[in-house]
Amino acid sequence: MEKKQETIKNLKRLGSKVTGDIEKGENPSLDVPIRTLSNVKYDPTRKMITMGSGMAKRYFFNVGHVRKFVQTVEAAALAKELNEMNKHLSLREAFYRMKRTLPDSNINLVDEQEESNEAIEDLELITGASRELLHVNANKLGSIAGKVVIEDKGDVIDWSKLGSGGWSIPSNVEDIVFKKVDAKFIIYLEKAAEWERLHEDRVWEKLNCIIISSQGQATRGIRRLLQRLHLEYKLPVYILVDGDPWGAYIYSVIKYGSISLAHISQELAIPGARMLGLTAEDVVKYDLKKHIIKFEEVDIKRLEQVKNYDWFKDNKEWQKQFKLWKELNGKVELAALASKGITFISDHYIPDKIKNKEFLD
Amino acid sequence: MAERIITAEELAQQLRAVSVAEFFEKNRHLLGYENPTKALITIVKEFVDNSLDACEEARILPDVKVVVREVAPDRFKVRVEDNGPGIVEEKLSLAFGKLLYGSKFHRLKMSRGTQGLGASGSILYSQLTTGKPAKVTSSIGKDIHEIELMIDVNKNEPKIISHKQEKNPNKWHGIKIEVETEGRYIEGKQSVMEYLRQTAMCNPYAKIIYDGPAGKIEFERGAKELPPLPREIKPHPYGVEVGLLRRMLAGTNSRNLTGFLTSDFSRVGRNSALEILKLAKLDGNKKPVDITHDETVELHKAMQMVKLIGPPTDCLSPLGEKLLEEGLRKETKAEFVVAVTRPPSVYRGNPFEIECALAFGGELPQEGGAQLFRFANKMPLLYHASDCATTESVIDTDWRRYAFSQSSGQLPQGQLAILIHFASVWVPYTSEGKQAIANYEEIIKEMKLALQEAGRQLAIYVRRKHKMKEGQMRRELFEKYIPELAESLEKLTNDKKEKLIAGLEKIVKRNGVKTDGEETGNDKESETTGK
Repeated sequence: MEKKQETIKNLKRLGSKVTGDIEKGENPSLDVPIRTLSNVKYDPTRKMITMGSGMAKRYFFNVGHVRKFVQTVEAAALAKELNEMNKHLSLREAFYRMKRTLPDSNINLVDEQEESNEAIEDLELITGASRELLHVNANKLGSIAGKVVIEDKGDVIDWSKLGSGGWSIPSNVEDIVFKKVDAKFIIYLEKAAEWERLHEDRVWEKLNCIIISSQGQATRGIRRLLQRLHLEYKLPVYILVDGDPWGAYIYSVIKYGSISLAHISQELAIPGARMLGLTAEDVVKYDLKKHIIKFEEVDIKRLEQVKNYDWFKDNKEWQKQFKLWKELNGKVELAALASKGITFISDHYIPDKIKNKEFLD
Repeated sequence: MAERIITAEELAQQLRAVSVAEFFEKNRHLLGYENPTKALITIVKEFVDNSLDACEEARILPDVKVVVREVAPDRFKVRVEDNGPGIVEEKLSLAFGKLLYGSKFHRLKMSRGTQGLGASGSILYSQLTTGKPAKVTSSIGKDIHEIELMIDVNKNEPKIISHKQEKNPNKWHGIKIEVETEGRYIEGKQSVMEYLRQTAMCNPYAKIIYDGPAGKIEFERGAKELPPLPREIKPHPYGVEVGLLRRMLAGTNSRNLTGFLTSDFSRVGRNSALEILKLAKLDGNKKPVDITHDETVELHKAMQMVKLIGPPTDCLSPLGEKLLEEGLRKETKAEFVVAVTRPPSVYRGNPFEIECALAFGGELPQEGGAQLFRFANKMPLLYHASDCATTESVIDTDWRRYAFSQSSGQLPQGQLAILIHFASVWVPYTSEGKQAIANYEEIIKEMKLALQEAGRQLAIYVRRKHKMKEGQMRRELFEKYIPELAESLEKLTNDKKEKLIAGLEKIVKRNGVKTDGEETGNDKESETTGK
């Protein structure tokens, strides 16, 4: 309750700053921390992406700013409303809530969900209140299974007894209470399809671990949940992603944090996480060359970009990976391991790697 | 005898003077009568040119009325009236009824007509196509004379059909001339109407009324002063061709060569004359008539080699920036007009002067390329634009420097009209059709300098306007977002929406459109503190 009052106060403060500018006859402005690569730093001692102190002024009377300015204020108004009503909206709903047409024009205040998402992220930075406190939820995404019992909103849930679907991870995992955790490590998978493979093969039971997946980039909920399990139960986190620069970045987001959420790396990053696969060496070792999907121009561009991120730049092993991928000139999906046998990934690939400690750090 | 030998006597019998009419028939394309459409424009043009020349010389503000009536399919009555000085009765029939008779042929002075072919040529063409006489009414302020005349094509003499003399209580003076001719009437870019519109543009001190098949239109007088009267000058040695030199030698009043050179040319003093003669290895005491063809060629060569100062330039009568600006403004209804008159310059011994004017915005067409209006000695040039030095100089000018877009080899784009006036005692037309100015380097250079100077002035205006428009758009954008911001803020702080809107509007009004971050062209959110 205290947090809520604090959030509302923060939001009101943002509004008062703007109305104060108007009263003084000044161009209304907001100080917005910069959320681009230029303002994030890799902290090698903490092994984390952290945000710099770079601030940008966002003005109302500026052709390039006005739209974002109003979007940010509108997002604040919406968050205040949600807090006062004690209701939550998804990002998608928030988009529709903010979307309206300006009178006598064909301009919408927001046209794409991307715009409202960004406004809300900016708002987090300006007010220091996380999205959860702003009462906006990300789409829930991802499944989890393992010998774990939790309590969520009064319900006791056993992650090992949820059929083929597993437990689906909510966007806010802050209030989840772990009642029993019987696992030695966690396997994170980029692809939901591979999670289903592992789940069907009951890998969590055989290897005594937790399996968790997203579909593509890991959401905040997943990352926070991973971090909590990792920190609270000292469980190693092993990451399985497709063999391409996009996979490498997914890995690095879980491990070091992301550029756009650098301000909350502390709550999300897992510097101890390690990469299990798919590595460039795997391609040779498991005879996957014939399954290489040739890089397109965007892949090559992304490869160069990722390769030069501060958190990869001085990592010899990773630089070797990038070099090899470049030579292979194509990507290999986790699913390609199915060519070796239906349960090859569950029975051989993962257990062998873990046993042999074939990790990339 | 296998072959009959033609004797000299027989040959002589076959020789006969080619009549002017025959000459005219064969050379009609040179004189502007190659097709019925152009013939009609040429007839109007010749009469109007004469009227304007006469008025200007008599220092009268011209009032010209042009009537074109279709009397039968492809047959027109053309009447042109002016308030000029008129022509004395004795010369009246000769002035209109004898080809190559005129006041302007033997002099070097800036005027529209030069050869004495214009009005009489039009009468001849009308007569050849319809067989009808021309009706000429004239008064010098005394009695009014009205004659009907035809041209005797064999003798090149006027033949008066009738002559009426009337009292003139109102002291009217001027000329009315009416002919009936074959022709074709069209509208558009090359038409009588466009010719008169452009004439009005470059002669803003004239009032021109046009009563044509499509209706009556008046081109108002835009200025009440005439440009200064040009002075006659003698030819400059650099501008004389061998043929003209021979004719001058034959027709001179000077008794010896030295006298001929000093008195029949401008800028030739005694020293220069002696120098020329020395170079040509000719005796200064020789009689001009005795100079042989070869000697003429030598003399001509020597004349080009001697260093002389340029010809006097007060023989020119440019419109001047004020008149030019006024003329272009009134005929284009543009919102901004700028004119530039260059100082006189010289090409091949002929003085000339370039003027240009640029018009922007207003009622000029929004779409398409710039319009180019070309003039030589205040006469519009309607044909052969692509061969003309004016077109070349416009294309060669980099209009992007003056805030207009332009693809290479093209006229600029935009709401723009360009007027170029070439004023000279001798206009170097590319052909006898007198529709395009030859692209001498000196001429192109002057035209470009004029365009650049005018372009710079126009650019200041155009850029300011663009900026204002930008400001306007910016303001409109903010106006749209103001109520949105106020609404969001009201929800956030409970301040009254109306109060916030008023406050924001006040900022817009006070600051205009000046806004932070934008003065430096920075629409991106700039970093304000270090990382």
